[in-house]
Amino acid sequence: MRHVLALVLTLWPLTTRAEDLTVFAAASLREPFEELGLALEKSTPGLIVRFNFAGSQELRAQIEHGAQADVFASADRKHMAALEKLSLVAGPRIFARNQPVVVVPKGNPASVRAFADLPKARRLVIGAPEVPIGAYTLQILDKAGADFKARVLARVASKELNVRQVLAKVTLGEADAGIVYRTDARSARDKVETVDIPAEQNVVAEYPIAVLRAATQVKAAQAFVDLVLSAEGQKRLAAAGFTAPGT
Amino acid sequence: MKRWRDRLFRLTATALAGTLLAFLVLPVLALFVTSGPEAWWAGLRHPITLPALLLSLFTTAISLALIVLLGTPLAWWLGRSRTPAAGLVESLVQLPIVIPPAVAGLALLLAFGRLGMFGPLLERTGLALSFSTAAVVLAQVFVAAPFYVQAAAAAFGALDDDLLIVARTLGASRARILFRVALPLARRSLVAGAALAWARALGEFGATLMFAGNLEGRTQTLPLAVYTALESDLRAAQALAVVLVIVALVLLVLLRRGPR
Repeated sequence: MRHVLALVLTLWPLTTRAEDLTVFAAASLREPFEELGLALEKSTPGLIVRFNFAGSQELRAQIEHGAQADVFASADRKHMAALEKLSLVAGPRIFARNQPVVVVPKGNPASVRAFADLPKARRLVIGAPEVPIGAYTLQILDKAGADFKARVLARVASKELNVRQVLAKVTLGEADAGIVYRTDARSARDKVETVDIPAEQNVVAEYPIAVLRAATQVKAAQAFVDLVLSAEGQKRLAAAGFTAPGT
Repeated sequence: MKRWRDRLFRLTATALAGTLLAFLVLPVLALFVTSGPEAWWAGLRHPITLPALLLSLFTTAISLALIVLLGTPLAWWLGRSRTPAAGLVESLVQLPIVIPPAVAGLALLLAFGRLGMFGPLLERTGLALSFSTAAVVLAQVFVAAPFYVQAAAAAFGALDDDLLIVARTLGASRARILFRVALPLARRSLVAGAALAWARALGEFGATLMFAGNLEGRTQTLPLAVYTALESDLRAAQALAVVLVIVALVLLVLLRRGPR
């Protein structure tokens, strides 16, 4: 995976023309961002929007190592803050929020009907603590108390390295339950059922977006950021399961 | 004139070989020189290292034993049979090399997972394979066995027919011919094939992650530990990778040295 990314990174300048807008965005943003990219291309003749969707931490590493990009949208304030500290981005703004939810396979074989039922799952799959969804999962379990946390962790069969792999194992029926973002649950709604986590026990992931200081397409980059923050952008993000930053 | 040409030829060959060798060795070398002994020591003491290392050694040992036990008879048939079926089977055996490892893991899930073809059957007999240490072994055997079978079949195919016929006419039993004539003659290729298969099993990542998952002490082998560390700390991952390379190097040298 990483090798592929390294290769893509190396070949990036070969496939990108100077007038293309290059957007580095967290993997969870794929569907709404591709729609917004098409919308911007339609309203700006001649513009081509290219996306690089990957884990936020990988995109951040690529930008730190000099990858040419115009816009960066992160699933995590931490990675944006790191780039801001290095003066690689200017004025990031929160444009969306995402919330962890419990997903179960269609039919709910282990009868996990509420967050409190989580220890009923015979086999549970969560994110590794090193990746954002895994860190959020631990925060949620911490809020639920030490005893509940221990009973849940005893059921964990695997700690996956990205949220999509958690989702994959639930859609395949290999796990009785998993914790993913609401947007992931939405994207697989024909294969999984969603169980909400009570708001007082849940955490909120905030997504910041910014134009890079090294952007070559400053005007188009700003236009894309404005579009994401506009009513239309917010509508598309809401359709994918994101909530607005103000709520 | 002729000596000149010979020298030029040797120079060219050395340059070509040296280029590839440098290309293969330099990135691995970079893992070492861009860190130091204290970083490697830190990598060795990282809390995820020791369980992962032990699990890797344990699972690859079982995988290698299974591969040799089951692979040798298959390779014998592939190498010695002249039927068209053997050619077809040989191609089938090589398929796992072509399949991307993550897809191999998915294929294993679809066959032996909970909802897989044999899943309900396995579940009823209490053998839930996926996400267990057994799944790690299965993933390793699946991706690594072709390397051993391939090498062993080629070695058995290259055996001198006359020697085997003579042994037979001298009254040796089939088992005796195999253990006293064929295996000693093919030994070097068999060991090389086994070493290659073991190395592939040790480095196995994609199929394991998909079929066995990632849980410390149960399914998190050294490559999975490296990748997990990569998500949070590049330096820790590098130190873990150095540990992996050293272990592999030591064992590969021992394995190739042993039975000469």
